[in-house]
Amino acid sequence: MSGANDVTSQAGQTSQTSQQSHGRTLSLTLRIWRQDGPDAPGRFHTFDAPNISEDMSFLELLDIINERLIEGGDVPIEFDHDCREGICGMCSLMINGRAHGHELATTTCQLHMRKFSDGDVITVEPFRAKAFPVVRDLVVDRSSFDRIIEAGGYISVNTGAVGDANQTPVPKEAADTSMDAAACIGCGACVAACPNSAAQLFTSAKLAHLNLIPQGQPQRWERTEAMVETMEQFFGSCTNHGECTEACPKEISLDFIAFMNRDYVKAKIKNRKLTGQS
Amino acid sequence: MAESHSGPNGASNGVLDSRVPDGPMADKWTDHKFSMKLVNPNNKRRFEIIVVGTGLAGASAAASLSELGYRVKVFTFHDSPRRAHSIAAQGGINAAKNYTNDGDSVHRLFYDTVKGGDYRSREANVHRLAEVSLNIIDQCAAQGVPFAREYGGLLDNRSFGGAQVSRTFYARGQTGQQLLLGAYQALAKQVAAGSVELYTRTEMLDLVTKDGRACGIITRDLISGEIAAHTGHAVVLATGGYGNVYYLSTNAMACNVTAAWRAHRRGAYFANACYTQIHPTCIPASDEFQSKLTLMSESLRNDGRIWVPEQLDDARSPDLIPESERDYYLERKYPAFGNLVPRDVASRNAKTVVDQGKGVGPLRNGVYLDFSEVIERDGHPAVAAKYGNLFDMYERITGENPYAVPMRIYPAIHYTMGGLWVDYHLMTTVPGCYSIGEANFSDHGANRLGASALMQGLADGYFVLPYTIGDDLAARLGEPVVPLSDPVFAQATSEVTDATQRFLSIGGTRSVDWFHRELGKIVWDYIGMERTAAGLEKALSEIPALEAEFWADLRVSGSGANLNSSLEKAGRVADFFELAKLMARDALVREESCGGHFRAEHQTPEGEAQRDDENFAHVAAWEWHSSDTTQTRHIEELEFEEVALTQRSYK
Ligand SMILES: Cc1cc2nc3c(=O)[nH]c(=O)nc-3n(C[C@H](O)[C@H](O)[C@H](O)COP(=O)(O)OP(=O)(O)OC[C@H]3O[C@@H](n4cnc5c(N)ncnc54)[C@H](O)[C@@H]3O)c2cc1C
Ligand code: SF4
Ligand code: FES
Repeated sequence: MSGANDVTSQAGQTSQTSQQSHGRTLSLTLRIWRQDGPDAPGRFHTFDAPNISEDMSFLELLDIINERLIEGGDVPIEFDHDCREGICGMCSLMINGRAHGHELATTTCQLHMRKFSDGDVITVEPFRAKAFPVVRDLVVDRSSFDRIIEAGGYISVNTGAVGDANQTPVPKEAADTSMDAAACIGCGACVAACPNSAAQLFTSAKLAHLNLIPQGQPQRWERTEAMVETMEQFFGSCTNHGECTEACPKEISLDFIAFMNRDYVKAKIKNRKLTGQS
Repeated sequence: MAESHSGPNGASNGVLDSRVPDGPMADKWTDHKFSMKLVNPNNKRRFEIIVVGTGLAGASAAASLSELGYRVKVFTFHDSPRRAHSIAAQGGINAAKNYTNDGDSVHRLFYDTVKGGDYRSREANVHRLAEVSLNIIDQCAAQGVPFAREYGGLLDNRSFGGAQVSRTFYARGQTGQQLLLGAYQALAKQVAAGSVELYTRTEMLDLVTKDGRACGIITRDLISGEIAAHTGHAVVLATGGYGNVYYLSTNAMACNVTAAWRAHRRGAYFANACYTQIHPTCIPASDEFQSKLTLMSESLRNDGRIWVPEQLDDARSPDLIPESERDYYLERKYPAFGNLVPRDVASRNAKTVVDQGKGVGPLRNGVYLDFSEVIERDGHPAVAAKYGNLFDMYERITGENPYAVPMRIYPAIHYTMGGLWVDYHLMTTVPGCYSIGEANFSDHGANRLGASALMQGLADGYFVLPYTIGDDLAARLGEPVVPLSDPVFAQATSEVTDATQRFLSIGGTRSVDWFHRELGKIVWDYIGMERTAAGLEKALSEIPALEAEFWADLRVSGSGANLNSSLEKAGRVADFFELAKLMARDALVREESCGGHFRAEHQTPEGEAQRDDENFAHVAAWEWHSSDTTQTRHIEELEFEEVALTQRSYK
């Protein structure tokens, strides 16, 4: 990404607040990607951010920059966020080239400024992937993930049509592993980190969550085929780099990709059998 | 007070018909389900239902209604239904399954909820909630929600929030996430089947009514800025709670009152606005740019000991403060319950010591929650096994290691019991407009018990609304929707367009966040944990002053024709101003203390909440007139047939 059209503005002027704060303060320079819309050209803007409290989260740093922009009559930077506690999967950002920044197992909203050093220059970009078009500035459209779920990432039980929960025991190991997979927050960091923009980690997590437990068995093979093939419509293919799991804030394991691949092969055979083609 | 005071409690005697069915408590819902009118399966597809919100309540309702055959349009301002604030719930969900054989029952859950709500909820609703709690767990397990299991493969339970039975189901520390994914997946299934139309990044900005009946909504597409109208036979608001009126809260950043408030302005009464819940164990703010507060699970109070230094303004590090100079104030004041007193009691006591100048931390705004004793007793590994995740989370946020240094905690706003008034059918006072989940006022009275919000959201969405809405719609069979060409839509659309434009044209100097923060301080100081008549009067003079400044000095840059989060926030904060005034009024008139509403003037000699059942065993539901006049207070008397009213005591 070229910084040819860099624009410099002042942000984060000394606030009384950061002076009161007990920890260190940092003076930072931020290079932030700005883009007016999906088809508009983008460019980096440079912001000075002096006196940033180390207790702040990365998104609070962006809040400060935005406050300054508004005070100066400029348009604030758009970025996605909501829960700010690492669970909704709404925040994103490539920070110095890393999805959710350099801290392992951490979403951007949970990344604190004490993890940076005074004088750092920090580059902030949107998640980059063809399947995640930029909406504006740092906001991208991740609805392709929803299409994968709609393809089969569910168990077809209508409300009310079920018996007592304890009539279907679930082996504890299966339940625990299913939960490991289900912990995925749908943030898309795996896709952003992947050189091929593949969505194997997300898809396999969603699929394993359901395929591992008894309730998920009746639709296991259709689900697998449908989810994998829908994924392939939007995303690149996996060449086993493993960058995804490194970037994943929930440390979703690569084992689920292996599981999905096995299930996909089996699904092809099963479905062919079912349709009398084998 | 400007509103009309005709009744004995400052209430005018408007009659609110709760439509609670007759008959014995335990049979009401069953009998009512039988007596309600049905819409036959073929006719259901002739009805169009608008659902706003895709949290637990909205997603479960939209999925269930469409499974029944209704045509459903569902709206969320999030980019995906799965992002709703419900995702953040950690602790668990209650159900009276009695799987642990410890004496739980529908009646006990009902009783605990009515008592926990400090006798300010409608018994019949609560009983129904306890009944359908059983179905919720069955439904969620069948959807594949990975609840915690025992070695035999059956569901595990734990005791939560001081309950005396183990009735809480959980999925690690991510119960809300997993339940929401279950509901979202059920919804995705219906979207894929073509029976639900899903609108993401679309915000409802008005309710449209015709001849007093809800007939649609006006929305803004947050990406393109387009303002559009949608028509339906019914509108369901599942838009969550209003805790963010305090600015700092444990709610997600985007939670707001706008959908409910705009419905209020169109005739839906807003009930019990002053009932808000404070959670005692949150991480205190570290500076002014703090944007939200993080909840630390209540379970920490099982093993942590809460204390402050005896000395005022003690700057020593905690390990240098000898035992004899520490005040374990909860253990001292409440020997029986100690650190496990209910949320409101723990919260108020923390405020008292911090206000006395005994607060800890750099900003002196917290109290210690100390694990040294349990670490010494059970060892580091045992404590790590139990609380490891929470300790890590704490360290990540504060940079302090809670194994070595006591945690610092302080109360924060967490949940709002007040909301749109609804009857037994979950219908608001605007016919055809329903409200479910945290957005309504219904089941928690003046205080919500832990693990009961998830239960209520899913009860409303899966098992109550899908029945009750049919009864109302059955009578309208054959009626077409109001066409979008009807002038009511053009009128509402142009009002929303003008309102949006107005924010952009103020051209003042201050950001929306600045106003929101300032408003939050007033609301927290005067309508927070402890309220007094003088403080509430003060709030009622300070809020309008700040509100006037907002309308004169707000600056929203950018345009209305693309993604502009400042513009979105401006509308939400404008509504928070109006809501805050109502909260103050509601709190002022309610001359008693109950649940989350603590009026300092009304306490027992021991400093406990003092209810006034004779004058205030009622719901206060406020009717909107106009921006220039205050709302009228109506009351719904609460009758307690089953549960005897008693004063709580935790001594
Ligand atoms: C940190 C935390 C932990 C919690 N833990 C627990 C727990 O352990 N157990 C428990 O029982 N409860 C818990 N709660 C409470 C519980 O999570 C909530 O009360 C509940 O999830 C609310 O669900 P809801 O469906 O009513 O609303 P929400 O989940 O808030 O959903 C609201 C929906 O409405 C949409 N929306 C809102 N306004 C508009 C609009 N104008 N236009 C379009 N869409 C709109 C949003 O996009 C969203 O989809 C917790 C709460 C917090 C804050
Ligand atoms: S697998 Fe990990 S990185 Fe990918 S969407 Fe899920 S949580 Fe995010
Ligand atoms: S804002 Fe929710 S995960 Fe970061």
